[in-house]
Amino acid sequence: MQYLEGRRYVVLAIFLLVGVLFAGRLFYLQVLDDSYKVAADRNTLQRQVQIPYRGQIYDRHDSLLVTNTPVFDLVVVPREVKRLDSLRFCQLTQMPIEDLRLGLRAAKIYSRNRPSPLIQNLSTRELATIDDMLGDFPGFRIQARMARTYKTENLAHALGYVGSITPKLLESSKFAHYQPGDNVGISGLESYYESTLMGQRGVQYRLVNVRGVDKGPFHGGQYDTLSVAGQDLHLSIDASLQAYGEKLLAGRRGSIVALDPKTGEILCFVSAPHYEPQVLTGQGSGNRYMDLLRNPDRPLFDRPLMATYPPGSVFKLVNELVALQLGVVTPGTGFPCNQSLIHCTHRHEYPSNVNIAIKQSCNPYFYQVMRAAVLRGQSRNGFEDARLGLGQWQKMVKSFGLGEKLGVDMSQEKRGLIPSPDYYDKRLGYHRWNYKTVYSLSIGQGEIGITGLQMANVLATIANHGYYYAPHFVRGIGAVGQPLAQFRERHYTAIDTSLFKYVIPGMQAVVDGRGGTGEFASLAQYGISVAGKTGTVQNAHGPDHSTFAAFAPANNPKIAVAVFIENSGFGGTAAAPCAGLIMEHYLRGHVAPSRKRWENWIMYGDLTRRGHH
Amino acid sequence: MTPSRSSRSIDWPLVLLYLLLVGLGWVAVYAASYSPEAPANPLASLGFSQLMAFNWFKQLLWMGTAAVLIVVLLVVDYKAYDTLAYILYFAMLGLLLVTLVIARPIAGSRSWLEFGPVRLQPAEFAKFTTALAASRFMASINLRQQNWRDQAVLAGLTLVPVALILASNETGQALVFAALLLAYFREGMSPLILLLLAAGGVILLLALLVPKLWLVGGFTVVLAVAFLLNAKLWRHHLILSLSTWAAVIGMVFGVNFFFNHVLQPHQRQRIEMLIDPGKDPLGKGWNVTQSKIALGSGGWLGKGFLNGTQTKFDFVPEQSTDFIFCTVGEEWGWAGSTLVIGLYMALLWRILLVAERQKSVFGRTYGYCVASVLFVHFTVNLGMTMGLMPVVGIPLPFFSYGGSSLWSFTILLFALLALDAHRKQDLLR
Ligand SMILES: [Zn+2]
Repeated sequence: MQYLEGRRYVVLAIFLLVGVLFAGRLFYLQVLDDSYKVAADRNTLQRQVQIPYRGQIYDRHDSLLVTNTPVFDLVVVPREVKRLDSLRFCQLTQMPIEDLRLGLRAAKIYSRNRPSPLIQNLSTRELATIDDMLGDFPGFRIQARMARTYKTENLAHALGYVGSITPKLLESSKFAHYQPGDNVGISGLESYYESTLMGQRGVQYRLVNVRGVDKGPFHGGQYDTLSVAGQDLHLSIDASLQAYGEKLLAGRRGSIVALDPKTGEILCFVSAPHYEPQVLTGQGSGNRYMDLLRNPDRPLFDRPLMATYPPGSVFKLVNELVALQLGVVTPGTGFPCNQSLIHCTHRHEYPSNVNIAIKQSCNPYFYQVMRAAVLRGQSRNGFEDARLGLGQWQKMVKSFGLGEKLGVDMSQEKRGLIPSPDYYDKRLGYHRWNYKTVYSLSIGQGEIGITGLQMANVLATIANHGYYYAPHFVRGIGAVGQPLAQFRERHYTAIDTSLFKYVIPGMQAVVDGRGGTGEFASLAQYGISVAGKTGTVQNAHGPDHSTFAAFAPANNPKIAVAVFIENSGFGGTAAAPCAGLIMEHYLRGHVAPSRKRWENWIMYGDLTRRGHH
Repeated sequence: MTPSRSSRSIDWPLVLLYLLLVGLGWVAVYAASYSPEAPANPLASLGFSQLMAFNWFKQLLWMGTAAVLIVVLLVVDYKAYDTLAYILYFAMLGLLLVTLVIARPIAGSRSWLEFGPVRLQPAEFAKFTTALAASRFMASINLRQQNWRDQAVLAGLTLVPVALILASNETGQALVFAALLLAYFREGMSPLILLLLAAGGVILLLALLVPKLWLVGGFTVVLAVAFLLNAKLWRHHLILSLSTWAAVIGMVFGVNFFFNHVLQPHQRQRIEMLIDPGKDPLGKGWNVTQSKIALGSGGWLGKGFLNGTQTKFDFVPEQSTDFIFCTVGEEWGWAGSTLVIGLYMALLWRILLVAERQKSVFGRTYGYCVASVLFVHFTVNLGMTMGLMPVVGIPLPFFSYGGSSLWSFTILLFALLALDAHRKQDLLR
C-alpha cells in the first residue's frame, strides 16, 4: 500500500496546478489586457448630448431676423411597437405603406431601443390628427426639436443656413465633438459664428443595461456637463434697407454693398438675384437647393464677396491718391486729353486740375497720372523702371485692402487681384513688359479684379480720409455687445491722410456738378452732397457692367456704397440712381414719392438703352 | 458520546472554509441580483412574497435550510452512511428514472422535480449517493488485483447514473462523475486510464483546432521516433503500439462524425464558441464574450461592491448561477478572485488531509470523491467563465445561487465531516 500513498500528492498537484493556471489566466484577463475594460464601458456607457438653444440673429434696430421654433417629428421605437395595424396607421398619417415598411426597417437597423424619425416636420394639422390617435399605436410618438426659423425674407447670402453636419466636416478637427446628425452652420454667418451661436453642448453619461434601458447617471453625474445656450448676434444690417436693396435688384444680376465708414459696419449686402433664406430649411430643402444650384443666374453665388470685376473708372481715384503720395502730381497738375494715348469717354473741357479730370473721368489724364507714378526714372533701363514703379504702386494700392481678403466675418471672401511685377514677369517674361503693356490699370481695366465689398471699402476709406475698419456684419455678440476685436482696429493706407481732401471735390462734382457723370445719384434736393464716381466695366462676354461708388454726406460721411449691375452699360445710367436711392433710404429713412420713377427705371427699365458717354 | 466530545472532534478549519465560501457566495449573489431601484432596507419594507423575488433572499432561505441539514447530517448515526449506501444509491436511480419520465422540460432538460415554487434537481444529489456506493464497494474489493469482475461492477456503478443523467440532457452534471476517477486512482486504479482519458481529451480538442492531416502526420512521426529510439522494447508491444496508432487515427477522423452527427446543436455551438467566441460575439458567443468582458474589466482590485456594471445590468447571462464568478471578478478584481481561488485550494487541500486520516477505506474513498467532485465543478465552472472551456452549465460549489446545489454540496461535505468526527470510534469497531 505504501506506494499508493504517493498518489495523494499527484491528486493535490493536479488541484494546485489548476488553481495556479486559473489565477494566471485571470491575471492576464484582468490586469494585463485592457481591451475588456474598454469593451465594458462601451457596453454600458451611453453618452447623451443635450443640444443647446442656438443663438438668435437681430438686425441693427433689434428686429429679429433668425430664431428657433419647435418642429415636430413622428418617431418610432421599434422595441415598443406592438400589433401594428399598418393599414390604419397609413390612412391616419397619409403615409404610403411602402414608406412605413422602409422606415421601420431603417429604424430597426439603427436601434431597437432608441427613437428614429419616421416623418419629419409635421404640419400643425398633421400634428393635431396624429397626436390624437397615437395612443392606439404603441412605439410611435411625437418628438419636438428646435429648427431654424426666419423672420425675414432677405439677407439669405449673409445669413447662410444650418443643416446636418456632413461626413466630410465630421472628419475635420474643428468639428471633433460633433456627432452625425448634428446641426451645424453650413454657410454665411451661421458658419462663421458657429461656435458662438451653438453655445456649449451638455453631455450626460448614462448607464444602460443590456436592453438599453436607462439605469441612472454614471458616477453620480460627476462627469456630466450642462448645456449653455448660444449667444445672440446683433447685425449691423439695416433690415429695411436690405429689403429695399434686394427689391431694387430683384430682376438683375449684381450687388450692392453699403458700409458705415465710421465703423466698417455693413448696412446692406445685396447679391442679386437673391432667394429667401427659409428656402434652404425644412422638408424639400434638398430639392430647392438643387434648383438654385442649376439656375443660370446663379442665385447661390455670393456676388459682393465672390464676384471680382475690374473696378473701372472708380479706380482712377486710387491711382490719383498714389500719384499724389509719390509727389509726381499735384492737385493742380493738368494733362491734355490726348486721345492718341488712350481713347477718352467723351469730348470735354481741358482737364487742368484733378477736380475736372475726376468729374470728366478723363482716360488720357489718368493714363498720364499713373505713368508719372510708375515711370519715375528709378532705372536707366525702361523695363526695370516700369518694374520698380509698378512694384511700389502695387504695394500702395494693396494698402486700401485690395488684392487681399478684408477679413469680413464670413468665409468664402475672394481676395481679388492687384497685379504685381511678378505677375507680369510670369505671364510675359522678365523685362518683356513696360508701362505701355499695363496702362489699362490706370483706368481700372485689364488684369485688375476687386469685389463689391472692396469697392465699398475703398469709398469708406476715402470718406475717412485714409483709414478703414474691416467691414463686418456683426456689431454685437451676445451680452458683450461688441464686434470681434479685429473689427475694432483701424487700418491706415499708405497714403498721407492730408491728401484725400484733394479727390473729394472732384467726386462731389461727379454727382452734384452740372453735367457730372453721376448726376442721377444726386440728393441735392435734400441738401445732401454726395461724393461719388461712376464706372463702366468692359466685359468681353457681353454688355458692359455698370458700377457706381459713393459716400454721403460728403462733409460728414454716414454711408459708403458700391453698386455693380452686370450687363447694364454705363455706370451713370444704372448704378448711380440705384446708389442714390440706397443712400436716400438710409439717410432719410424712406424714399420720396417723387423719386419712385428711379425705382421703376432700375427694376424694369432697359438699362443698356440710355446714352453711352 | 457527549456533544462536547463530538464538537471537539469536528474539523473546524473545514467548517470555517465552508462558512467563508458560502458567506462570500451570498455576497456575490446579492451583488449580482442587486437592483439600484430596490428599497434601501428591503427586509423591513417588503413583504415575504415580494422578497421572494430576490435571489439573495431566497439564497438566505437555502442557507437556513442547509444549516438544518448540517445538524441532521451530524446527528445521524455515522454508520448509517456506510450501511445505507446501496439503498440510497438504488433509491436515487429510481428517482432519476422517475424524474426522467415525469419532469417537464426546462431549457431543454428533463431533470427538475417541481414542488410548488420549489424546484429540485435529483442529479445534484446523485453525486452524493454514487460516491457513497462507490466508496462502500471500494472498501470490499482490492482494485490493484485487477479483478475484471470488480472493475466492471465499479464501472457500472458509476456509469448507470451517468447514463440516466445524460438521458435527461444534463451533460454538465454527467461530466462531473468523471471526478470519481480521481478517487479510484487514489485507491489503485491504473494511472493509464487517467492518462488515456486526458490524452483523448487533448486529441479531441486538437482534432477540432488543427488540420487533420497535420495531426495524423505529427502523431505518426512521434510514434516512429519513439520506435526507433527503443526498437527492442517496442517490438514487445508491437500490437499495442499499432493499435494505439490506429485508435488515434480513428479518433481524429471520428471527431468530425462525432461533432456533426452525435453532438446536439447546442453542444456543437458551445464547442464552436470555445474555439472562436469572436466569430459571433452578439449571438452564440455572447455568454463567453460578456463573461470575459465582465471579468476583464475588474482590474487589480475591482470596481467595488455593487459597482459592477456588466453583471448588474444583465450583460452576463445567468449571472447569479453559473456565471457568479463574473461578479466576483468584476467587483473584487484580481485580488478578490485570487483569494476565492485560494480558498477553494485550501478547502480541497484540507479535504484531502481529512480523507487521508480516515481509518477506513470507505471513509478515505468517500473523502476523495468529495474533493474530486468539488474540484471538477470548480474547474469546469471557472474554465467556462474565463473562456477556457465550453459553456457547460454547472454551478460553482457554495457560490452559485440555488438550493439544489447548495444542499448537495453541503451534504457531500458534512457527511465527510460526520465520518471524520467518528473516525476514532470506527477504529474501535
Ligand atoms: Zn478726356
